[in-house]
Amino acid sequence: MVTSECVIVGGGPAGLSAAKELLEAGARVTIIDRNERLGGQLIKQTHMFFGSEKQYASHRGIDILEYLVNDLAPYGDRLEIRTGTTVAAIYQDKVLGCLKDEKYFKIKAESVIIATGASEKALPFENNDLPGVYAAGAVQTLMNEYGIKPGQKVLMVGSGNIGLIVGYQLLQAGIEVKALVEAADRIGGYLVHASKIRRLGVPVLPKTSIKRAIGEDAVEAAEIWSLDENWQGIPGTEKKLDVDTICIAVGLSPLTELLQQTGVRVEYVRELGGNVPLLDEGYRTTVDKVYACGDVANIEEASSAMVEGRITGIHAARDLGHEVENAGFRIKALQHELYDLRGGPPGEKVRQGIKKREVLA
Amino acid sequence: MIEQDGIASENMVKAEFPTQEELERPKAVIECYKRIPCNPCETSCPFDAITVGEDINDRPVIDFDKCTGCGICVFNCPGLAITVFQINDDEVLMKIPYEFHPLPEEGDDVHVVNRAGERITKGRVHKVQAGRRQNKTALIHLSVPADYLYDAITIEVIPFEE
Repeated sequence: MVTSECVIVGGGPAGLSAAKELLEAGARVTIIDRNERLGGQLIKQTHMFFGSEKQYASHRGIDILEYLVNDLAPYGDRLEIRTGTTVAAIYQDKVLGCLKDEKYFKIKAESVIIATGASEKALPFENNDLPGVYAAGAVQTLMNEYGIKPGQKVLMVGSGNIGLIVGYQLLQAGIEVKALVEAADRIGGYLVHASKIRRLGVPVLPKTSIKRAIGEDAVEAAEIWSLDENWQGIPGTEKKLDVDTICIAVGLSPLTELLQQTGVRVEYVRELGGNVPLLDEGYRTTVDKVYACGDVANIEEASSAMVEGRITGIHAARDLGHEVENAGFRIKALQHELYDLRGGPPGEKVRQGIKKREVLA
Repeated sequence: MIEQDGIASENMVKAEFPTQEELERPKAVIECYKRIPCNPCETSCPFDAITVGEDINDRPVIDFDKCTGCGICVFNCPGLAITVFQINDDEVLMKIPYEFHPLPEEGDDVHVVNRAGERITKGRVHKVQAGRRQNKTALIHLSVPADYLYDAITIEVIPFEE
């Protein structure tokens, strides 16, 4: 059986950052990703990142992906990258069952870092199974990765940063965004993102949701309506929008299925996005040498995922017996970065969620 | 209200502006109304004119005495929330961030819009900086009639249907 000191499942911002720390410390690392290219969501993030210089602020996600991959280049002899490979199962003795080109093989790992990220939440409404109803991430993949327009006229549902950013990227692709609706009474994401699409003529409508999609074989229109204090649609407020695409951006759920196969303790923490693993300060789960970081641990920006990945990598390297220079000092500095990134109003939810998780652990 | 529709009120906008006298020279106006973890405006400014400070969630504060209106913060701001303004007789000279293709060209007439995306006037493009340094966020120099100092914010994207 193939063996590895540390298998990292998921080659997004968290996984790649963890890999770098492990490699620097001298470990043998395997990165497994089901996509053909490394980078996770960074592949389609054409916008500039927020944060500070330490997390490459004002650089674009697509460029940051290159930096993270280039960081691994010096350690090629100890690094194995398996893209296009799906981890189908993890057994409790840390044997991973993998699928590549319909072939099944196993890898035995000494330690495992789960950085599988998140999946998009669906929204129930009439005809939500019509072709033309997309999750925002799918729209981003079509446009930014494959250069395909999902449609010509779009309704965006959800005003978190994903909805706002993808709304802007639709405009950049030459697609009309008829409206962006938000069920809450205020914009969920950064106001600067909202202002960016508003000044380009996209109506941003709070306390509004989609009632139904209209169409026979595909989306031909969307009906939106106003919501009352109890989030219920108000009859008589319906408006029909001439769209061929409905884009859903109503949040993310951590992808913990693999993680749960290892037997780790998982609890529901609403503020972190759903079922999340209980973790200590080193991102260790309740199972020895199984770690989790990035969106699978708590839904957040990629900037935080990178920092979490690095902290996890340092701890995982030390737990494997590798020496990490200035480990204590560096971990403190990285924790400070997280503290900064989560310090303002947008980080409030995550701060509360992490506190809850600490109590549960 | 900006929290609801993304449109800053006139008072909010004016509070971020320098005086008319200061605007005889180009000055950056930062419209970052809500605390978010971000500070490239501060770190990109070659004149130390912008301060976010130790807590990167704090809102940027600009020192108009130090700001030269160079526009470097304009294309470094991930929120595209900075614009340079200057009053030049009966015209306002602006430097705006722009991330659409095709780029306008020097001498082009363009439709200028307000913060609600409504067409308010015509403007003229004087210069387009879109090199390596701008890294895909072009810096468009344009002029608009002076009356629109507090209203003009960007230009309409070249029509969807050509």
